[in-house]
Amino acid sequence: MALAKDYASVMGRNNEIMKDALGLDYAEFEKSPIAFDYDALMKSTGYTLEEIERIQGLHGVGNTPLLELRNITKLARKYAKPGYGARIFVKDESCNASGSFKDRRAACAVAHAKKLGYKGVMAATSGNYGAAVASQAAMQGLNCIIVQECYDSHGVGQPEIVEKARKCEALGAEVIQLTVGPELFYTFLSVLEDTGYFNASLYSPFGIAGVETLGYEIAMQCREKLGKDPDMVVCTNAGGGMVTGTARGLIKAGCTDTKVVAASIDLTGLSMASDVDFNKKSCTTGHTGFGVPYATDPDHSDVPRSAARPLRYMDRYTTTTQGEVMYMTEMLANLEGIERGPAGNTALACAFSLAQELPEDAVLVVSETEYTGAGKHIQPQLAFAKENGIEVRFGDPSEDKPGTNVILPSNPGLIKCKDADLKHFKESLIKKSVKKAGVEPTEADLEFLAEEVKEDVAFVKAALGL
Amino acid sequence: MAKKGDWVRIHSVVLKADERTAKLPEDTQKCDLEMWTKGFLQEDAEIGDVVTVKTACNRLEKGTLIDDNPYYTHSYGVFVPEIIEIDKQLREIMQFGGEE
Repeated sequence: MALAKDYASVMGRNNEIMKDALGLDYAEFEKSPIAFDYDALMKSTGYTLEEIERIQGLHGVGNTPLLELRNITKLARKYAKPGYGARIFVKDESCNASGSFKDRRAACAVAHAKKLGYKGVMAATSGNYGAAVASQAAMQGLNCIIVQECYDSHGVGQPEIVEKARKCEALGAEVIQLTVGPELFYTFLSVLEDTGYFNASLYSPFGIAGVETLGYEIAMQCREKLGKDPDMVVCTNAGGGMVTGTARGLIKAGCTDTKVVAASIDLTGLSMASDVDFNKKSCTTGHTGFGVPYATDPDHSDVPRSAARPLRYMDRYTTTTQGEVMYMTEMLANLEGIERGPAGNTALACAFSLAQELPEDAVLVVSETEYTGAGKHIQPQLAFAKENGIEVRFGDPSEDKPGTNVILPSNPGLIKCKDADLKHFKESLIKKSVKKAGVEPTEADLEFLAEEVKEDVAFVKAALGL
Repeated sequence: MAKKGDWVRIHSVVLKADERTAKLPEDTQKCDLEMWTKGFLQEDAEIGDVVTVKTACNRLEKGTLIDDNPYYTHSYGVFVPEIIEIDKQLREIMQFGGEE
């Protein structure tokens, strides 16, 4: 008998569909209604860092150049106090096969799908991950379906997302595009069930393990080139995979003193599920609309337990604005001669400001760049903003109002990242976890929650008023 | 008229507005959840007909035929004068080409 494919029926089969589509039973990692064994989940990939390096090396991924941004460093020093202004480096992740660090995640997920005998892979993503999965599926001989949230109710697509659809198709994938709304997950599950493909989730342990090589390479390249570990690594933060994987790789390399800083574009005030707000965004990723909910509630993704848990690893969470990121993207092109996509430069915008807090001999590494192309470039993104009634002008980025304006800094000295309230995010994760479970936390739960937010048990107890 | 075997784009409604039960902002609640995909047309048809296509992954999918031989029109956008201003400012601050 054919299975009922209505919304309630398909969503009701979520657990079985996911179990079949991941080749992994998450139930075995659960320890209590609150806690699960994160280390065991990460070990479940069964791949060592060396094996992941080998898989990536076979598929055009990894070993990207670490470029010193000498002119941008020189410019940052003009605005820093004497003796300050760290050397800024960037990991040129656009050199990966499909043009972003997401290839690291996709290479492992697709290799794993192939090993388990799946005929195809699927991913729900409007970002670079789609192209990454499509590219790896092409290399490894599997079918690929990407499901995107792409259009508003008038059928107007975000130029950045439309370009990503084009790229997926160019790499042989089927692209399913939807209007705004979280029920994208229903379509995703339904097709996953029909096809029996592997869910190449961004949040699987294979995906996150794939990013560990990025942190590891940063450490090794810094030691080789500079004879020291990086003092600070700045990672753009959306779903949390970049922060988690990079930090884990740095730890595996023994970089115990390196500070890991998350960076997101502040889009406070714009609803991510709003049809009207959808095209008022001028950057579709790397922003707080993903960054904050995924950091404070990692398990609302497309897998039962997300392997991306950024609050376990970040030392600071900084924000920047759309205008500052656009300006930095143009700066990277004009002063360093490399033209890259804007969203990937979120961390660079924060880094320009953070470098000014560090002494001149400090080493600051920005963990990524991404490819640029039609739609995915500051000119079409700013032109699109104007078409949608967003005011684009020069000014002080502190006047930034997401959805109303894009303020390009009047001069580079005005580029200043802000510290988000990390303590509040940590407290929020703790409270949400306990509320969701609906039970009194045990001592073991409190210890788990302390690890979840990189704090001690006393911090967790204080957050819960215990 | 689109011919059997043509590469086409189809549109369908996944959930009508009143079938959407997820927690949604008011504006989104008023909209249908719509879907687009592409594939090889399985029978001759006119724009607006409900048709079946075979997708790149050989899935059969039904929807309203909206485009025959679809192509992308996204671009590098129209001229944005502010960008040139940024370039000029940065090159001046850095004294590219030497001091005047």
